[in-house]
Amino acid sequence: MTTVKLTYREAVRAALSHALATDERVFLMGEDLGGYGGAFAVSLGLLDEYGPERVRNTPLSESGFVGAGIGAALGGMRPIVEVMTINFSLLALDQVVNNAATLHYMSGGQMSVPLVVRMATGGGRQLAAQHAHSLEAWYAHIPGIRALAPATVDDARGMLLAAVEDPDPVFIFEHATLYPLEDEVEEEPRPVDIAHAIVRREGMDVTLVTYGGSLGKCLDAAEQLQQDGIEAEVIDLRTLRPLDMSTVLASLAKTHRIVIVDEGWRTGSLAGEISAQIMESGFDLLDWPVQRLCSAEVPIPYAKHLEDAALPSAGRVAALVREMAI
Amino acid sequence: MSARAGGGHSTRSRPKAARAPTLDREHGLELLREMLRIRRFEERAAELYSLAKIRGFLHLYIGEEAVAVGVMQALTPDDGIVATYREHGQALARGLPAGSLMAEMFGKANGCSHGRGGSMHFFDISRRFYGGYAIVGGGMPIAVGLALADKLQQRMRVTACFFGEGAVAEGEFHESLNLAALWQVPVLFLCENNLYAMGTPIAQELAQTDIHLRAESYGIPAQAVDGMSVLDVEAAARVAAEEVRSGGGPRFLELRTYRYRAHSMADPDLYRTKEEIEHWRERDPIALFETRLREASLLTDADVATLESDIATELDEAVAVAEAGPLEPTEDLLKDVYTPTGA
Repeated sequence: MTTVKLTYREAVRAALSHALATDERVFLMGEDLGGYGGAFAVSLGLLDEYGPERVRNTPLSESGFVGAGIGAALGGMRPIVEVMTINFSLLALDQVVNNAATLHYMSGGQMSVPLVVRMATGGGRQLAAQHAHSLEAWYAHIPGIRALAPATVDDARGMLLAAVEDPDPVFIFEHATLYPLEDEVEEEPRPVDIAHAIVRREGMDVTLVTYGGSLGKCLDAAEQLQQDGIEAEVIDLRTLRPLDMSTVLASLAKTHRIVIVDEGWRTGSLAGEISAQIMESGFDLLDWPVQRLCSAEVPIPYAKHLEDAALPSAGRVAALVREMAI
Repeated sequence: MSARAGGGHSTRSRPKAARAPTLDREHGLELLREMLRIRRFEERAAELYSLAKIRGFLHLYIGEEAVAVGVMQALTPDDGIVATYREHGQALARGLPAGSLMAEMFGKANGCSHGRGGSMHFFDISRRFYGGYAIVGGGMPIAVGLALADKLQQRMRVTACFFGEGAVAEGEFHESLNLAALWQVPVLFLCENNLYAMGTPIAQELAQTDIHLRAESYGIPAQAVDGMSVLDVEAAARVAAEEVRSGGGPRFLELRTYRYRAHSMADPDLYRTKEEIEHWRERDPIALFETRLREASLLTDADVATLESDIATELDEAVAVAEAGPLEPTEDLLKDVYTPTGA
């Protein structure tokens, strides 16, 4: 197996390029995708390679171009739409919730919407309360769409390729702090499974369930805990809708203690949903109440010390685990 | 009647007189038949709503028949249609079987959307009828996207995008017109201006009530058309559709019309006067066209009787199809949330 070292950003770009090169129905659409190269420089260079018809700059009309993506998908194309950040994606929620998610069902199965929408999510870059929220749980609430949160370089490329092959609308949430992350991956791009969570680190004492930008924090916490003799198992959910609870419950059956780490706000969070499903299906497995570490319930602040205090951190994950009487 | 008080279309810019199309008996009868089908279908739907056979919201097209029928003359089976929650007229004129529409409103599995959509959400992809959209303006970006797909695949076809004048106040209207003009995609915007956004008169919702001028501000050739004249609508739609089809980019028609019934069956219609409605009844698109055909000696009493009788039979059959249709098994509730894959 030949491997290559890529950043997360390069991995997304490689997937976009692969999709454009191998499927003529694929085109990209979004704000500043062309000359600028995308707000996170993901699509840099693709305009030169594939031209302005297939790497399509849009005006600042989120509802318009996400809706146009739905229409183009109905018309036989495979659009990949980039929305700069999840906060901006709120302007397109009508198209997402009322159209993309409903059309297959409401037409009695006549139409499918093979649309991919990517966006950056999450905090940690001092961008304050209109660029830094983690609202992917809202998307995960909606039947009819798939919500993916690639946390690794390999998933950034492979999940996007799988999304392009999916017949339904797929939303991909790329945590903005992950773009510089570097890793060795197989040279040849290939789609990966988008149905299952995965165990990223094995351990017997406690399960840390997380996704996206919090995976690294949980792995760091597991390292810290190991020094205390606590072996933490780390589960990367990968797909937020539909949730793969079987992997979570299988781990809980082994560890009997669980912490859910979720950068969304605690109230009404994905962590709350996972916790509820554990109560329903895994209550007898618990030796300790389900714990959640979420963002503080504030609009994400600008000042670094305040932002750090608002977001989950490896230190706080480890501290929470140490209180669990292991 | 002043526009400010509601009930009248702008007098600042009047619809241009359409080029008089040559009207033969066959085509005249076809137009009349299609308009009458819609009216009688809607009357039947209202009765069935009163009998609680049809539930949910029901928005009738009565008064606006010339718009759907006139526009549809300009479209080919390859063209796509995006419509609103008041889409029965477009669906019938497009050729969706009346029985499949009635069954849909009965919530039956043999409905055009398998009973998942109801009155506001007719779909028939075999006829490129991409649906009734019940969020005002929400279908417009989709129409632009369908047209973009055609452009990218070098298909010479039109996407006809119907919406009401209420949509003009939505952001999606402006985003869609701008995108369509910017990308020069083959979409035909069809604004059915019936003067009321639900119960709000146009003068209270739009600072510029000459809606076609708004389209022109995006560089889209646009005109106002008398939407009560099926021949005017047909003539304007034929020209506009041909320009769109031949690569001329988007076109926009403001079709000035009026609905005689309330916004929906739930609407007590408190915001209009009887006099205003009566005034508009003098411009009834069906009565006007019938008179025109008779004056040209293209229509007899016997023709009308035959049309009415044929339509009554068709609608009886449609209701029978709906009554006899099966309910989707409740076990299938979760079916088609996602597309089944081969795996």
